[in-house]
Amino acid sequence: MSSPITPVLTANWGTDRSWTLDAYTRQGGYQALAKALTKSPDEVVAAVKDSGLRGRGGAGFPTGMKWGFLPPYDEANPTPRYLVVNADESEPGTCKDIPLMMASPHTLVEGVIISSYAIRAKQAFIYVRGEVLHVIRRLRAAVAEAYAAGHLGPDSPAGVDLIVHAGAGAYICGEETALLDSLEGRRGQPRLRPPFPAVAGLYARPTVINNVESIASVPAIIGKGADWFASLGTEKSKGFVIYSLSGHVTRPGQYEAPLGITLRELLDLAGGVRHGHQLKFWTPGGSSTPILTDQHLDVPLDYEAVGAAGSMLGTRALQVFDETTCVVRAVLRWSEFYKHESCGKCTPCREGTWWLVQVLTRLENGQGNAADLDQLLDQCENIAGRSFCALGDGATSPVVSSIQHFRDEYLAHLEHGGCPFDAAASTAWAPRQEVHA
Amino acid sequence: MSINATTYAELQEIAGRYPQARSGLLPMLHLVQSVEGRVTPEGINACAEILGLTAAEVSGVATFYTMYKRKPVGEHHVGVCTNTLCAVMGGDQIFAELKEHLQVGNDETTADGKVTLEHVECNAACDYAPVVMVNWEFFDNQTPASAKQLVDDLRAGREVTASRGAKICSWREAERVLAGYDDGRADEGPSAGDASLAGLKTLEGK
Ligand SMILES: Cc1cc2nc3c(=O)[nH]c(=O)nc-3n(C[C@H](O)[C@H](O)[C@H](O)COP(=O)(O)O)c2cc1C
Ligand code: SF4
Ligand code: FES
Repeated sequence: MSSPITPVLTANWGTDRSWTLDAYTRQGGYQALAKALTKSPDEVVAAVKDSGLRGRGGAGFPTGMKWGFLPPYDEANPTPRYLVVNADESEPGTCKDIPLMMASPHTLVEGVIISSYAIRAKQAFIYVRGEVLHVIRRLRAAVAEAYAAGHLGPDSPAGVDLIVHAGAGAYICGEETALLDSLEGRRGQPRLRPPFPAVAGLYARPTVINNVESIASVPAIIGKGADWFASLGTEKSKGFVIYSLSGHVTRPGQYEAPLGITLRELLDLAGGVRHGHQLKFWTPGGSSTPILTDQHLDVPLDYEAVGAAGSMLGTRALQVFDETTCVVRAVLRWSEFYKHESCGKCTPCREGTWWLVQVLTRLENGQGNAADLDQLLDQCENIAGRSFCALGDGATSPVVSSIQHFRDEYLAHLEHGGCPFDAAASTAWAPRQEVHA
Repeated sequence: MSINATTYAELQEIAGRYPQARSGLLPMLHLVQSVEGRVTPEGINACAEILGLTAAEVSGVATFYTMYKRKPVGEHHVGVCTNTLCAVMGGDQIFAELKEHLQVGNDETTADGKVTLEHVECNAACDYAPVVMVNWEFFDNQTPASAKQLVDDLRAGREVTASRGAKICSWREAERVLAGYDDGRADEGPSAGDASLAGLKTLEGK
């Protein structure tokens, strides 16, 4: 059987000096840009629509449709509009955009130029989280090379300027409207919608915001054709994506494959769960997506099937935990993260995440009682759907799903008077388990 | 300390890169940290003056973001990821052992001023867990022993190179790069680490 691995975005990551313009061009880089420039902007938008590309930043919104929400471009009286690339990558478990920008920043730069051309933006931004120094160096160097080569700048064919902007540490700035406020030099707090960014985004101008992987997919769509892209994946989830395996896996890492591959297939490629252990729980798309268990190994990892299984595809951040891991400890730590990252704008999330941590801490220490579980679920009901942005909803996902799948383990903490697990057994350096037949 | 003319001019220059000057505030605050070692009142005032904001407005922004520090940071910033995945894989133990080894608590600096230790959130390197960041450069697949060796090397002034990145500079020099002043070191380090290439490697020999 042929391999399910389809290297497109990852194809050049292993080549010598892959981050340079020279290496990228030798592998056919910037040919998609040349091809795009022979089309009209509307034709490029149509190609992205036809490809079926859906946003890779978590929500899976169709990219071409998003671009179509911009107000019609007035040739006679042009006003500024912007493309903003969301490179904040901070959702726990998500680790695909950073290696992409490290190994092949020009893929993103080429995508930015083609996308800006399509939406008729003359100014684009890459908002990258500040905590990745070398990635920022590589992005800046790539942008400088692209200017020098005449791909960027007011006099380049597409006439696009591109600024690489470093953030300063705040998960909420990955939320697209908070990102815009942050890029305007403010506290990164989400904005009320409508108006949507397509109508009034950066500086209240029409703005498209897309994830790194979404924009980086555009050159391949233009270069190889929308039909080729749409022929990969499943009926409603088209194309290829990067799946990120981490945790108790023999060979964790980035696995690029068509949408719809299963965790079982991915684990086969990755050498399985670490030697001598079994899968216990996993996140399909980061910590904000409800956890799944070994019952879900054969769920096709596309938007529809993961949704039907009670979770979300999210960012395909597959964090894998084996039977040595305490689920209460894992959920408590994620809850501490949400509490820390809650921007404080709305009460359900600000207060709710604080309460979740209180109750979970008690339970992890074996000090609560069984009624605490219902209290946790109550608190989650008061946060989910009542918060101003999706951070609040996401904070409830690990809590609700872990109680659903592992209620007994919470109760075991109470019976045991504390955590019954040995944290040392979960570490990367735990003594190897001998398997007896 | 006060902001000298060179720094003031650079702050203005950053503001001038954007369609609207205020967009420069985050990089400007990175520049303040690179010269002052933290976000100082003088730095806040300079940003406020340049952008036509009040000091309170700038301060309100600075306090929102975790990378901006009110207390002086040591020569090197060491961040141990203790978000769930890294914590479970051993980040918690690494952080505990480093605190003990360095005799500091979270967000504290060693007596010699060399290392500020902090636990950090997921740094988008989970496939290399447990992860330690030095001045926001990646140190992959750490153990308690390797992390202790790392901080010992930093304190002794020995040359240290990131797993996927450059030779380690100081935290202040890193902040200057974040402000947009390149240090010309993009070409150091590999394209990718092993985990980034895991999918590609399955195709080798096929
Ligand atoms: C709390 C929060 C954090 C987010 N973080 C990111 C992020 O780091 N990167 C990203 O691309 N999208 C992130 N998103 C999703 C964005 O709001 C937005 O949907 C996305 O950037 C749109 O791009 P896409 O359509 O290409 O996926 C986040 C959303 C929320 C609610
Ligand atoms: S849900 Fe949380 S992060 Fe989102 S606006 Fe409300 S307080 Fe801020
Ligand atoms: S959890 Fe540590 S890098 Fe993601």
